[in-house]
Amino acid sequence: MNIYDLTIHELKDKIAAGEMTPAEIKKAFADRINDVEDRVKSYITVTDELAENGLADYENKKDGLLAGIPIAVKDNMSTDGIKTSCASKMLKNYKPPYDATAVKKLNEAGAVIMGKTNMDEFAMGSSTENSAFFNTHNPWNLDRAPGGSSGGSAAAVAAGECAAALGSDTGGSIRQPASYCGVVGLKPTYGMVSRYGLVAFASSLDQIGPITKDVEDSAILMNVIAGHDPKDSTSIEGKKEDYTEYLKEDVSGMKIGIPEEYFNLDFDKDVKESVLSAVEKLKEAGAEVETVHMTDASYALAAYYVIAPAEASSNLARYDGVRYGLRSEHAADISEMFTNTRHEGFGDEVKRRIMIGTYALSSGYYDAYYLKAQKVRTLIKDDFDRIFNDFDLIITPTAPTTAIELGSNSDPLEMYYTDIFTVPINIAGVPAMSVPCGFDSKEMPIGLQLIGPHFGEGKIIQAAYTLEKLLDISNKRAEL
Amino acid sequence: MIDKKDVEYAAGLAQLKLDEEEKEKYTEQIGEILDYVDKLSELDTDDVVPTAYTVPMKNVLRKDEVQESLPREKSLANAPDKKDGQFRAPKIMSD
Repeated sequence: MNIYDLTIHELKDKIAAGEMTPAEIKKAFADRINDVEDRVKSYITVTDELAENGLADYENKKDGLLAGIPIAVKDNMSTDGIKTSCASKMLKNYKPPYDATAVKKLNEAGAVIMGKTNMDEFAMGSSTENSAFFNTHNPWNLDRAPGGSSGGSAAAVAAGECAAALGSDTGGSIRQPASYCGVVGLKPTYGMVSRYGLVAFASSLDQIGPITKDVEDSAILMNVIAGHDPKDSTSIEGKKEDYTEYLKEDVSGMKIGIPEEYFNLDFDKDVKESVLSAVEKLKEAGAEVETVHMTDASYALAAYYVIAPAEASSNLARYDGVRYGLRSEHAADISEMFTNTRHEGFGDEVKRRIMIGTYALSSGYYDAYYLKAQKVRTLIKDDFDRIFNDFDLIITPTAPTTAIELGSNSDPLEMYYTDIFTVPINIAGVPAMSVPCGFDSKEMPIGLQLIGPHFGEGKIIQAAYTLEKLLDISNKRAEL
Repeated sequence: MIDKKDVEYAAGLAQLKLDEEEKEKYTEQIGEILDYVDKLSELDTDDVVPTAYTVPMKNVLRKDEVQESLPREKSLANAPDKKDGQFRAPKIMSD
């Protein structure tokens, strides 16, 4: 195996055994970026200087959990003095004056930050095709999309352009690209990871999480980034867990619910068979599997397409051309400057969502749309709580299909449907992980979604780790 | 059902400028999305309390003490236009 194929824990072992130096590792990943980046296009910015600084600081941080490990960061997380564009023309020259807390924690743990990854503009999208700059290509098939919105992060991990990456997930933006790219993606419980310095999309749903080559790496990255932060008033105060404690091959007695309403949805046959066959393996390993009944996921999707745009319309009001970001050069007065700046700076999908949100919050419609969606949110959360009274985990597919062809979908509503399995999880605020569970007839990866109760990351990691050992496919890499 | 006037109204509130073609396109697309959203009305929510945050939240307070903040120069570093240590914007009132 090549150095760039190795996981975080394998690289750590090599460094500990004196078989490799962090400098050799950094060079191997930098060379890999040089080799494949013109085909994959994962990165908006390759941060070689930042990586060199991380490397230079290695001796001071060699006890850190990520000492000398190459990591990529989605381009909506603030990096001090380094361009953070959110894949938008609005922020194409923006250099934040501070680090996001998650980035700060990576640095403190000794990570070597390789670059900032491509994404759908302001994280709005499911294929990374809404990037204002360029498309990212799926490493398993370059004609396919990497998923989104954290498509650059998932593709970079799958292509060996970093050992692991951070993504953000508002309605599936970590899990769906992880599924499309055959890697592991975890959306933690809402509030588990500080959002300080994460450019806001929908504040009650946004969450940062790890995208990794295997489950063990996910646990290691969670140990680094999880925890309360006084700078994010919605981050959870609580005891810090060691997620690597859950890396046990044991699901005996674990109760897993299979929601019939989710499996009755119209989705790809290969995906369904692969997920159900993985569930069967967990059953053979001792898990108790039962069919459960839940509210149809389409209600969660409908609520999401009110709540997320409403919060986005409010959050994105800050882009007015005054303090940072783009300012239109064509304006006689301030009002024209506002509208022209937003006209020139925002892409199609962002404008569409701002308008949906603005309309849903406007006088006379607030009760019918926003308040109604917040009430439905209660029903969906209660629905998950009810299942988790009796079950440890719920399993669904991560996405209805494997990776779609680039340029194949121009209808917004159809694109939204690709998030049908992932959106309810954000609405309920619970954690969920996408784990590779097989390949379809075209050799494209399929992801299975493990959903846990609030703060149930540990059980998710335990079941996912067991499944990964049973399936024995986590060493398979995309050929480029 | 949403019409072009609604789209113009929402765009105005959101400080977005749309050309005719965009107005037509968004009227149709946003109409379809809101039609889909209308399925929420199938659920009875009369006695349901709305949820804003799904995990327990409490008001976060701290002592009113001065803490470290960004120096002015850094805060202004990304400003499209600045003067005398302040953000500079086009004129707000006509001459």
